[in-house]
Amino acid sequence: MRLLRIFPDDSKFRFVRWRVLSFPFSAAISVLTIVLFLTMGLNFGIDFTGGTLIEIQPKSGAADPGAVRTLARSFEVGDVEVQEIGSAGDISVRFRTQPGGEAAQSALVQRARAAFEKDFNIRRVETVGPRVSGELVQSGTLGVVLSIVAVLAYLWFRFELQFAIGAIIGTLHDIVLTLGFFVITREEFNMTSIAAILTIVGYSLNETVVVFDRTRELLRKYKNLPTPELLDLSINSTMSRTVMTATTTALSLLALVLFGGQAIQGFANVMLYGVIICTYSAIFVSSPMLIYLGVKTSARAAADDKAAAAAKAAAISRRPA
Amino acid sequence: MLYFSTWKTVAVIALCALGILFALPNVLPQSVRDQYPSWFPARTVVLGLDLQGGSQLLLEVDGDALRKSRATALQEDVRRVLREARIGTTAIQLNGNTVSATLRDPSQRDLALEKLRTLATPVGGSLFGGAGPVEVDVSSQGDRGVAATLTEAALQARIRSAVDQSLQIVDRRVNELGTVEPSIQREGADRILLQVPGLQDPQRLKDILGQTAKLEFRLVDLSMPPEQAAAGRPPEGSEVLQEDRGGQTAPILVEKRVLVSGEDLTDAQAGFNQQTHEPIVNFKFNTKGARAFGEVTQANVGKPFAIVLDDKVISAPRINEPITGGQGQISGNFTVQSANDLAVLLRAGALPAPLTVIEERTVGPGLGQDSINAGTRATWYAALFVVVFMFATYGVFGFFANIALAIHVIFIFALMSLLGATLTLPGIAGIVLTIGTAVDSNVLIYERIREEFRAGRSMVSAIEAGFRHAFAVIFDSNSTMAIAAVILFLLGSGPVRGFAVVFLLGILTTVITAVTMTRMMIAVWYRRTRPQTMPF
Repeated sequence: MRLLRIFPDDSKFRFVRWRVLSFPFSAAISVLTIVLFLTMGLNFGIDFTGGTLIEIQPKSGAADPGAVRTLARSFEVGDVEVQEIGSAGDISVRFRTQPGGEAAQSALVQRARAAFEKDFNIRRVETVGPRVSGELVQSGTLGVVLSIVAVLAYLWFRFELQFAIGAIIGTLHDIVLTLGFFVITREEFNMTSIAAILTIVGYSLNETVVVFDRTRELLRKYKNLPTPELLDLSINSTMSRTVMTATTTALSLLALVLFGGQAIQGFANVMLYGVIICTYSAIFVSSPMLIYLGVKTSARAAADDKAAAAAKAAAISRRPA
Repeated sequence: MLYFSTWKTVAVIALCALGILFALPNVLPQSVRDQYPSWFPARTVVLGLDLQGGSQLLLEVDGDALRKSRATALQEDVRRVLREARIGTTAIQLNGNTVSATLRDPSQRDLALEKLRTLATPVGGSLFGGAGPVEVDVSSQGDRGVAATLTEAALQARIRSAVDQSLQIVDRRVNELGTVEPSIQREGADRILLQVPGLQDPQRLKDILGQTAKLEFRLVDLSMPPEQAAAGRPPEGSEVLQEDRGGQTAPILVEKRVLVSGEDLTDAQAGFNQQTHEPIVNFKFNTKGARAFGEVTQANVGKPFAIVLDDKVISAPRINEPITGGQGQISGNFTVQSANDLAVLLRAGALPAPLTVIEERTVGPGLGQDSINAGTRATWYAALFVVVFMFATYGVFGFFANIALAIHVIFIFALMSLLGATLTLPGIAGIVLTIGTAVDSNVLIYERIREEFRAGRSMVSAIEAGFRHAFAVIFDSNSTMAIAAVILFLLGSGPVRGFAVVFLLGILTTVITAVTMTRMMIAVWYRRTRPQTMPF
């Protein structure tokens, strides 16, 4: 039986050379994303803005978002967002936080329920108070920042600072581009999106660590190889694994996009996009970054090894018999 | 390496058997599980409200209201204590948490301070023997002024105990409504998370929980017409409240002094008035309440008294004769439902502070079931894609990885059942995602084996080297993923936390299944078939 081989064996692609393209490209797209982020902003869901979300499904026939909008506007409760979601004809209606606190919000929900109940099944009703949404913003931001710091510390401990910095630059790049996905697609940004971002952080580091682990190993083996060649060798020898894992992960996410239903589709879309970004950045951003961050070159590494061995020997000889 | 000691093999097989045993209840129908012997693991994964449908309310104990009511009570206490000691004052003012009194006679200052100190009882001290934080700080302000301040520590202790008390009362109220398996948990310092599976419209629940249900019997103050009191200043010790008179409200002047309160009720039931056939609430007092009520009614025959619920007067009937039996009835403008609700509230007791609904999420049963169906479908397809792809790439080794993958998913379910973890919709997404990432460890090992083999090693030596070299990177890459997952678990809430749990468990089990189990399968395979070439 002939088995599948996506990436050829013994490849000698000179990946890091592409940094002359990938660096400007990534820098430009990151800057563009940040500009868009600052000008357009994210389409925050009620988790972060507060307010009420009602999801309805017509009892029969096709939904008419226009009619729903007219009905919802007749409540005269400020901005109303009406949107078709998924392919099943569901409609989401989003109301803002009402002045007058919890009682006012509750009254609005009662009114909306009564109005929609006749022609629609009420699928979901969510109300998030302003205080809770503030806290969610806080814990979401804190989560992303904390994970970056924690991982930086871990990588510093397990590798070296340069590797940690390289990996974190790649991860920041992935976070920025993921935010860009939200900005451009206007996909709703909610708590699940934070979960997606943190998962992408995990995946991004996973990808980078695999390459760096090889770099670390080759650094000891080939003491005189210049850094770019060393990195190319690392990437080439881990490339078939990178492609395999990206494929299996993408396949399972594809299943989620295709069959997972509308409630989870947003998450799946972002993750699928994230996997592609992470794979790209591990190869073309984080790894070539090491050239500039300066991995320990052969002579220094060798000297270090010798020093370490000497220290060890000294420690042993000092130990009382 | 390709030799496994017997105990190791047995341990791994036993682990798998345990995993299957704990995961099994999830796929068995309830009827089969009911026939399990009692020691058998029959726990299943708990479905989150987003999957089974239902309502969730996040309630916050209103600490500010509690502060205010404590401060007002302190003001009353200060007034009472000084009056009882016959210490004349020109003013008693409340400012934040501090009550300051200005004395007529400076020479009485020390006496006043001494008397005020009697208020400084520790909070909750008597119950546990040890002294709680002191409730009131007493200080002097100039030669005429004395002040009593509620201490922050005592207020915090009050809020804490208010949350504990609220938990019990919420529990009683919700259960009185006959809801099925509600879950009531404390969240953070001052919040309560209430989940009611299957509930479609939480409005009634919110109505029931939105009332503190503080019931008081007080005398009506007839010394001044209520309109005049409302326009000007009510007499000291009295206040103007609103009385409900059939949809309209009218002011009524009542004494602040509480004769008997709802705490002294032992029972409350909705019923009907024999003559008018209007809905009423019948109540019974405990001995202390009955005695107090008897004495008060005896002394005030002919005068009206007010039945005050949450600072609103429900009704103000006239005392026709002393009520000594410890029983009574409340009539007001009740409907059958509102009489019923009031009875429920009175039976469950008053909340120490108002509860505010700060978050509310309701998922209909249709959406929940749709999510389960879609999630299951996606899981199967993801598994199918990955299994076929792994087999197509690694042949028999891919087959081993697929078995490890199946066990990995079984382990996730087993652990979640064991821990009583909740499976949410993002959790399902987590399972699907781990199907994709779980094989990563296998891929790392296999690619390494392949490399070593191509570099000229023998098969056995290549397999050994593959496992050995791949371990460091498997450890590092999974650790970084785990860090992100742990942080998500710590900071996330509800469904997102469900995702973090699955993801974290997935990372843990994959290390066992992909590394240990695959290795064992390969060892057995090698010994059985003695292959000459690498199968991939």
